[in-house]
Formats: sequence, structure tokens, C-alpha cells
Amino acid sequence: MRFAAGTPVRIRRDFPELRGPCHIRTPHYLRGLDGTVERPLGAYPNPEDLAFARPAARVPLYHVRFEQPKLFGEGARGDTLLVEVFEHWLEEAEPSDGRRAAGPQA
Amino acid sequence: MNDETTPPPATHDLGGSMRFRCTPVDPEDDAPPDAFGKRVDALRQLLSQKGLMSVDELRRGIEAIPEAEYHRLGYYERWLRSISGLMVEKGVVAGTELKP
Repeated sequence: MRFAAGTPVRIRRDFPELRGPCHIRTPHYLRGLDGTVERPLGAYPNPEDLAFARPAARVPLYHVRFEQPKLFGEGARGDTLLVEVFEHWLEEAEPSDGRRAAGPQA
Repeated sequence: MNDETTPPPATHDLGGSMRFRCTPVDPEDDAPPDAFGKRVDALRQLLSQKGLMSVDELRRGIEAIPEAEYHRLGYYERWLRSISGLMVEKGVVAGTELKP
């Protein structure tokens, strides 16, 4: 487990769906956005591999909290969204205002 | 929120899309699944118990449905389309056996 509760994280700005058949659990609307780890949820076989019946390593899963107004352009200050995100989609981030990171990443 | 440098989401990835913004729930509306949906789910459960497919594979198959067909099919029709595709892919049944 790489991230403790309270850690600022950024969702990788990556779009595997452009590279061919895939199954990913990280919603498109989160890519490149900043959130905060709410709590680790344990480790689970990676669904990106399970979806193709491949051997699947267990990957830590986290509840990550986001500020809703910045996600969807609606909602009141203090409204948040809690999403389950696997660790390989997370990067360390500075405590920030949740704006999208600039530029694509590998 | 998308910007000009962000590619569009995959067909099934509807979260946050203005096009599919939630509407009020009609409490009088019949909740799924209907009889057809129950049969499809029974099929899925049996195939899972026999180790022939997983829910992750089911989802991958659903997500691979071409966009026009995806929106034309009902919820459990998408499941059946995915299950059929997986069984053909794995050689459990021949594609010709599934033609009407």
C-alpha cells in the first residue's frame, strides 16, 4: 500500500481506450484530476487483467474523494464525490485546487 | 469537464455526461430485471460457476459493443451480446450455432 489516508493524489491522465481493447475501472471524467485518499480498501485482483482472463496481480484499491463542483461544474462548495480507484491509476500530487494536470502522461 | 485536448470517453463511460444527465425516478415504473433479464442473469451465473467467464469479462464484452448497437440494445440484451461473444471467443460455441 503506497498511499495513506489523507494523501493528495492525482489520477493519471491516461486514455488506454485509445490504444485498443481494454477494460478499465477509472472513469474518464477523473483522468488528470486531483483528489485526496479517503482510505485504503485492501488489495484486489486487477480487473484490467481479469477482463481478459489473464493472471491478475492483487492491486491496492482506495477510496479517493474529489470536490464535486470542479468535476461536473455544478454542486455547492463542500459537495464531494467518493470513487474507488486502483493504485496504478494514482500519482502523488501537491495539495491543490483540483485542476486538470497539463499534458498527457505515459 | 472535458477540454480540447481530452479525447472523448468510450461509449459505455457515461459518468458526468450531459447527454445522460439523471432524470427523476418513476416509482411506478417496473424495475429491472424482467423475465428475459432473469434468464440472461441465470445463464451468466451458470457459466461463471463452470469457470467459463467472469463478470469482468462480461463487462469487457459489453464495453466492446459498437456505439450504435450499444445504445439500441437494452441492458440485458447487452449482457447476452457480451456472453455470446465471449463463448464464441473461447470456442465454447461456434458463431454459426448462434445465428437465428
